[in-house]
Amino acid sequence: MSRSIKKGPFVDQHLRDKVDKLNSSGRKDIIKTWSRRSMIMPEFVGHTFAVHNGKSFINVFVTENMVGHRFGEFSLTRVFRTHGSVSGKTVGGR
Amino acid sequence: MPRILGVDVPGNKRLEIGLRYIYGIGPTRAVEVCEELRLDPAMNTSELAEADIARIAQHLQERYMVEGDLRRQTAQDIRRLVSIKSYRGSRHQRGLPVHGQRTQTNARTRKGGKKTVGAIRDRAARKQARTDGK
Repeated sequence: MSRSIKKGPFVDQHLRDKVDKLNSSGRKDIIKTWSRRSMIMPEFVGHTFAVHNGKSFINVFVTENMVGHRFGEFSLTRVFRTHGSVSGKTVGGR
Repeated sequence: MPRILGVDVPGNKRLEIGLRYIYGIGPTRAVEVCEELRLDPAMNTSELAEADIARIAQHLQERYMVEGDLRRQTAQDIRRLVSIKSYRGSRHQRGLPVHGQRTQTNARTRKGGKKTVGAIRDRAARKQARTDGK
């Protein structure tokens, strides 16, 4: 079930405050945040956020297309691994 | 064998079933369309009058997004997800399930047929596998 419209989109208040501050002073500093659950608001466009992925901060430059998504979607928490082509190294040679 | 909206050719089926051959029309919409146009859902598609076919075609284009338009829309949505480098976009790119399903087993629809991976002990066989792979 999707979120009630009455409540509006969820954004952590501290993040809102920070962006408001930057917007009113016209600056574009990188905002460090752990708030992966916050939705990206139209006011955030043009700012860069350093979103924590559990280990390090991933820089996310917010564009218009990203509005409505959440920060976590852009800061992957897992490393994508594949099996390489059959390699001699991984196989114990005789 | 009537043609509705160009390429769609439903066979000798009930109208409510035949309509589902159109991309973007499922069970719910098929019945909906019948109701909106006051057509009998139980009638055979081959019994459709030319005028009815035209009416259906027009109605579908006006009220619903079907066929090419829908396919284009879907592709565009996916392209957007990829271009903003979202998690969902990367799943689409890699051909893995998008909605958080498990991938240790199953997920065969997205991943395609089984590919065996693993170490090949025999030297000659390994070389063969490598040349086959690329």
